[in-house]
Amino acid sequence: MNMKLRSLMGACALTALAAPVMAETLTIATVNNGDMIRMQKMTKPFTDANPDIQLEWVTLEENVLRERVTTDIATNGGQYDVLTIGNYEVPIWAKQQWLTPLTDLPADYDADDLLPPVRAALSMDDQLFAVPFYAESAMVMYRKDLAEAAGVTIPDSPTWTDIKTAAEKMTDKSKEQYGICLRGKPGWGENMAFLSAMANSYGARWFDMDWKPQFDSAEWKEAFTDYLTMMQEYGPPGASSNGFNENLSLFQQGKCGIWIDATVAASFVSDPNESTVADKVGFAKFPNKEGVDNHGNWLWSWNLAIPASSQKQDAAKKFVAWATSKAYTEQVAAADGWRAAPPGTRTSLYENAEYQKDAPFAAMTLEAITVANTQKSSVQDVPYTGGQFVAIPEFQGIGTSVGQQFAAALAGQMSADDALAAAQSNVTREMTRARYIK
Amino acid sequence: MARATTQRSRIGWTIAAWFVALLIFFPILYTIITSLKTEQEAIAGFDLIPSFTLSSFEAVQSQNSYWRPFTNSVILSLGSTLLALVVAIPAAWAMAFSPTKRTKDILMWMLSTKMMPAVAVLVPIYLIFLRTGLMDTRIGLTVLLMLINLPIVVWMLYTYFREIPGEILEAARMDGASLRNEILYVLTPMAVPGIASTLLLNVILAWNEAFWTIQLTTTNAAPLSAFIASFSSPQGLFWAKLSAASVMAIAPILVLGWFSQKQLVRGLTFGAVK
Amino acid sequence: MATRQTQSLARLMRAPAILLLLAWMIVPLAMTLYYSFLDYNLLNPGSAAWTGFFNYRFFYTDPAFFAAIGNTLILVLGVLAITVIGGIAIALLIDRPIMGQGIVRILIISPFFVMPPVAALIWKNMIMHPSYGVLADMARFFGVQPVDWFAQYPLLSIIIIVAWQWLPFATLILLTALQSLDSEQMEAAEMDGASAWAKFTHLILPHMARAITVVILIQTIFLLGVYAEILVTTNGGPGNASTNLTYLIYRAARLNFDIGGAAAGGIIAVVLANIVAIFLMRAVGKNLD
Repeated sequence: MNMKLRSLMGACALTALAAPVMAETLTIATVNNGDMIRMQKMTKPFTDANPDIQLEWVTLEENVLRERVTTDIATNGGQYDVLTIGNYEVPIWAKQQWLTPLTDLPADYDADDLLPPVRAALSMDDQLFAVPFYAESAMVMYRKDLAEAAGVTIPDSPTWTDIKTAAEKMTDKSKEQYGICLRGKPGWGENMAFLSAMANSYGARWFDMDWKPQFDSAEWKEAFTDYLTMMQEYGPPGASSNGFNENLSLFQQGKCGIWIDATVAASFVSDPNESTVADKVGFAKFPNKEGVDNHGNWLWSWNLAIPASSQKQDAAKKFVAWATSKAYTEQVAAADGWRAAPPGTRTSLYENAEYQKDAPFAAMTLEAITVANTQKSSVQDVPYTGGQFVAIPEFQGIGTSVGQQFAAALAGQMSADDALAAAQSNVTREMTRARYIK
Repeated sequence: MARATTQRSRIGWTIAAWFVALLIFFPILYTIITSLKTEQEAIAGFDLIPSFTLSSFEAVQSQNSYWRPFTNSVILSLGSTLLALVVAIPAAWAMAFSPTKRTKDILMWMLSTKMMPAVAVLVPIYLIFLRTGLMDTRIGLTVLLMLINLPIVVWMLYTYFREIPGEILEAARMDGASLRNEILYVLTPMAVPGIASTLLLNVILAWNEAFWTIQLTTTNAAPLSAFIASFSSPQGLFWAKLSAASVMAIAPILVLGWFSQKQLVRGLTFGAVK
Repeated sequence: MATRQTQSLARLMRAPAILLLLAWMIVPLAMTLYYSFLDYNLLNPGSAAWTGFFNYRFFYTDPAFFAAIGNTLILVLGVLAITVIGGIAIALLIDRPIMGQGIVRILIISPFFVMPPVAALIWKNMIMHPSYGVLADMARFFGVQPVDWFAQYPLLSIIIIVAWQWLPFATLILLTALQSLDSEQMEAAEMDGASAWAKFTHLILPHMARAITVVILIQTIFLLGVYAEILVTTNGGPGNASTNLTYLIYRAARLNFDIGGAAAGGIIAVVLANIVAIFLMRAVGKNLD
């Protein structure tokens, strides 16, 4: 008896000793944006609390990342334990059962604290398949000083007419000062993200209920023509190669009057270390067309998910819960200030008085995210989900090819009508091939 | 009089040559300069004098460790080239010294294997790598890079060996040298320069390979091409950081190329010289 | 007896390289051929079904298909023209006794050491960027509107970038050919009072024919596969203005994750590349003997 007990205790001691030695290495694929890179430097509390887990990072540019992880997950490769993916991928991959449902998150995770639209976009049958690291909608950022000098006011909820008028008045090309900067670089996540949201706010939609593309509709034509007019008359040169990043630089340099883009940009343009116009930026809601109750419904989030093929589910789950927790937000705030906290995911952040004080764009961001309806992004009926994208696997391809046509029109190489017609026929072709159109 | 003209024209040609050389080198030079600027300076307009800050290099290094991809690049490019030489030297040797009617066809066929667009065969190769456990291993990539560059290696060596005059072989044979001695003492010394330049050129080609090395690696075997892929378009200002990362990725091979420039000039002849 | 022995030894020595390359050619080719008949999308892996020649039809009826073939040819020919002509000119220039010849040569071959994606990034962001590029700075200095290279001249921009990468290669090969030119012949020509142009066309150019052939052959093989530069800079656009065949396949494989379609495109590309190769061998192959 005594002997038995002793040996039992010995065995326990052995296991206790052995556990930390059997260190697990999590391979984490991330995108190379500022928030993700910050996270890599802040993992000490996690590794201290979990000495048996080591973290190995694969940081890649967005497109390369998407190619790599998609190939891996679709071939059941198991190369990664944690993936950084967008809310575009989550429902598609969840449907293929490629992602582990995140059911038993730690009690203090407080999934109810996640903003409802963000959570909805990551859930299937009320189960979370990814947790949001940060989320964004879109809004108007403009230069208060230039607006004042030009004698225009931009209301909190502007219409496209307000925007057009303001852009015109704020343009002074002799001073390299352009009334409006919008995305023009071709890509489903670049110009088409913006144009899809803009089309939504004009009452347009990508497909009708029979999956027939709608580029021949009056709404698309009006939205696209207005876009071209604004960009060609009040926009910067070379707009057809400007994406989020290029426009961010332009705005930070003080060359744009108005910039309509993702809400995360707000913290960059109001950061005095990076932006020359930090104290002159005003914010407003994403515009709509008069009479259309739709403000684009843009919703994007970068999320952490665990592929079903990972061998290290438990450790991976611990990590994703930590990286998207309230504690991590507080840790970032303590190190780099509240303005640097990953935005857009948790109600508690927006209720935090310190955050509200430090981030002048907090209220506008919260409002934009909470009203974003990705389940029905147009005022017309749609067969798909997703706001500034269509959540079907084929969208990357068709979105980019349409983006190419639209960029060509922006560069002046074809007319708006030709671009819309080319888009219509290309998308019809692809959708027929993918058997959506019977 | 004539001498003065020669002198003057020499200066003229020197100026012209330097102008062209600097023009061609300018993009690299400007990248190096930009890597020593702050981000604000980098976009502030044309300026050839940086503030010589190393902050971009520090930022790059703190985001992604440089040394592991660097080591992988060295191992992959050297390893694949050496492996290719082991396979290619005998083949090129045989083709050069006992050519058959089909030798030239075989050489052309070898080159034509390079015409398959890599991206079209990605999924088959990806699956093979997964099933055989070669994914993200240095061995797998070394073999793959060897296969990719093998045609060029064989061809270069072939044109080199062909320049070795056959009479020397016969003279050695007349003196009663065995095949082993023939290879060891007569031919090898003559072939070494050719092999060396082949090696150099292929190290460069393997170092610069940026499709398979990104698609078939995650962490363990990822070389500098993957390192660069994490800097190409992040948020915010990145000109100086991109320049620093680029300089870090190309500097080793640039230095190697510079030091071995003479050897490389010979290696690139592909038997073009007769 | 001795020859037969040598012959079989030679066969043995050739075998590993040939067998390896044969495997490296046949395995992917066979798998690609197989996939090209499947309706196989990576994002819908369950539904891979036999579709006959549908993928081929779908690929060549792509509105971008003929544009892509045209762009591929323009890209290859454009880069070849720039590198061969530029290479000859630079080789002639640095073959002269100039001061600092070694450094000049090093500077000129440097672009060859730069990874294609890095080269594209450098040109896109440092040189041709319409706001921050050096060319834009220069344009502003002269009071001209900066050129938006990738929107206005997408294919030309890519040709410039690729030509920059390959110019050193051409220059080096042509330079070595030039250096092997018999100086006695040159002197004889000079004695006869031949003009510089006559010397160039009758002596130098024929002597370089073989080297030029090598440049064209090797570069064509690499140039047919150019896509990284396009991906980094224009993404094939605007419209299809800078989409080449390889990029079209890339789009099928990596954006649409259409494995069947990409495989069919790959087979089409191989066939076309081999036609080009045969044509090329007919045209310039005799220079190789």
